Amino acid sequence: MEPPLLQVRDLTKKFGNVTSVNGVSFDIGDGEILGLLGANGAGKTTAINMVLGIVTPTGGHIEVFGKELMANRIEVLRSMNFCSTYTQLPGNLRVWQNLKVFGQIYRVPNLKARIDEVLEMLEISHLKERVSGELSAGEGTRLNLCKALLNRPRLLLLDEPTASLDPDIADKVRKVVKRIRDEEGTTILYTSHNMRDVEEVCDRVVFMHKGKVLFTGTSEETLHHFEEESLEDVFIRVARSGDIESNRERKEGGS
Amino acid sequence: MSFYTIKALVLRYLYLYTRTPVRIVELIFWPLVHLLVWGYLTRFLQQNVGDDFPHEITFLIGAVILWDILFRAQQGVAIFFLEDVWSRNLLNIFAAPVTNADYLGSTYAVGMMRAGVTSVMLAGLSALLYSFNVFQLSWALIPFVFNLLIFGWALGMISTALIVRWGPAAETLAWAVPFFIQPFAAVYYPVDYLPTALQWVAKLLPCSYVFEGMRDVLKDGVVNWGELGIATGLNVVYLAAAGVLFVRVMNTAREKGLLTKFASQ
Repeated sequence: MEPPLLQVRDLTKKFGNVTSVNGVSFDIGDGEILGLLGANGAGKTTAINMVLGIVTPTGGHIEVFGKELMANRIEVLRSMNFCSTYTQLPGNLRVWQNLKVFGQIYRVPNLKARIDEVLEMLEISHLKERVSGELSAGEGTRLNLCKALLNRPRLLLLDEPTASLDPDIADKVRKVVKRIRDEEGTTILYTSHNMRDVEEVCDRVVFMHKGKVLFTGTSEETLHHFEEESLEDVFIRVARSGDIESNRERKEGGS
Repeated sequence: MSFYTIKALVLRYLYLYTRTPVRIVELIFWPLVHLLVWGYLTRFLQQNVGDDFPHEITFLIGAVILWDILFRAQQGVAIFFLEDVWSRNLLNIFAAPVTNADYLGSTYAVGMMRAGVTSVMLAGLSALLYSFNVFQLSWALIPFVFNLLIFGWALGMISTALIVRWGPAAETLAWAVPFFIQPFAAVYYPVDYLPTALQWVAKLLPCSYVFEGMRDVLKDGVVNWGELGIATGLNVVYLAAAGVLFVRVMNTAREKGLLTKFASQ
C-alpha cells in the first residue's frame, strides 16, 4: 500500500488559552482531493497554515512526501503550492511579472512557456500584460491559482479558491482543479464553504468543528453518518448545534 | 542561501520600482532635500563665520552622503518586508521555498542598490553644486561605505523584527529606528561634544567611528584604521545579534500566528 502523500497526526495548535486545532489527524493519498470542511473558526485555515509551515504546531506532526515537514520544509515546499482567498500577488506588478517572480522562486523550468500554459488553463491569457491590482476579484483569484499551479505541485493547498467567484468562473475553476488532478496526478487539500464545490470536486471530506475532526469519509458516508440529505445540511447542523455526536445519540436513543 | 531565490526576490523589487516611478521620488527627493539644506548651510557658514572657522566644514555635506548610505541600507531591509505586508503577499513568500537567509540576502541586495542610487546622485550633485569631492576620502571611502552598509542592514533587521513582533501599528519604526540613534552617531558633530555618558553610547555605535573618521580624513588627510577596525568589529556583533533577533522573532511569529495576522490585515 502506498504511503499517504500528506499525513497529519494529532495536530494541535494553541494560541494562548485558545485551542484552534485540537488533535486533528487525517491522510491524503497520492492523487486524492480531500475537502477540509467546517464553519468559520473550525480550524481549517490554521491547519492549512501548519501544513505550509507558516504556523508552528503546538503538538502532533506532519509528514509530506514521507518527510517530516519542519525538518525538510524548504525541500518539501518546492513540490507544494497554495492559493488562498486571503492573499494577493503584488498589485503594482503586471500579471506576467508576478508569475515570473514566483516561477523563479519555485525554479520552474521553461518558465515562459509554463506561464502561458497556466494563463491559458485559467482562461486569463488576455490579462497577461495587465497590472495585477487592476484585475477584478475573480480575475485576481484566477491569477493566484496560476501562481499555485506554476511549479506543477505534487501537493496543492487551496483555501476557499472559489470564495469570490461568480458561478460561471467557479465552475471553470472546479473543472481546472479536477483536470490537474486527472492529468497531472496532483494531490489537493481543498477548503470551501461552498458545499457544491465539495460534492463536485472532493473524493473524501474531513468535517471539522471547533478545532476537532468530527468525521472523515466520502460525501455519501458523511451524509449517511449525519443522517442528512446534503452536505449543506450537514454543514448547517454542525455549525448550529456544535455537538453532532450527542445530537445523533439523543436521536437514536429517542427512536 | 540560494542565489536563484535571492535573484527572484530582487527582481520583484526592481519590477515594483520600474512599475511605480513615484517610488523613485522617495529615493531621490528626500536625499536631495537634505543635500540642498546642509549644502547651502555649509556655504553660508564658510562665507560668514570667518577664517577661524574650520574650512573642513564641508564635512556636513560628506555627512549627508554617508548618513544616506546607512539610512537607505536600513530602509532596503525594512521597506522590503513592508512591501509584502502592504500588498498582502507575505504568505505567498513565506509559504514558498524561501529561507530566512534568502529573504535577508535579497533585502541586503536591495539595500545596497538603494544606497548606490542615492549616494551616486548625492556625490554627483555635491561636486556640481558645492565643489565637494567625495573621493577626497580616498581609499577610506571603501571601509566607510562597507561599515555603513553593514550597520544599516543590522538596523533594518532590528526594525523588521520589531515590526513583526509588535504588528502593523509599529510600521513607523521602519523610518524611525535610524533616527533613534542619529543624535549619538556623531553624524554632524564630533563625539566629544556629547555629554560623557552619551559618548559611551556613541562609542557603541559603529557608525560614529565612520563619521569621526570622515572628519579626520577631511581635516588631516589621515585615516584612523584602528578606529575603523573597532567599527568593523562592532558591526560583526550587531549583524550577528540582529540576525539572531530576526530568526527568533520569525520563529515566534510562526508560533503565535503573527504572519497570518499580518496577511489578513
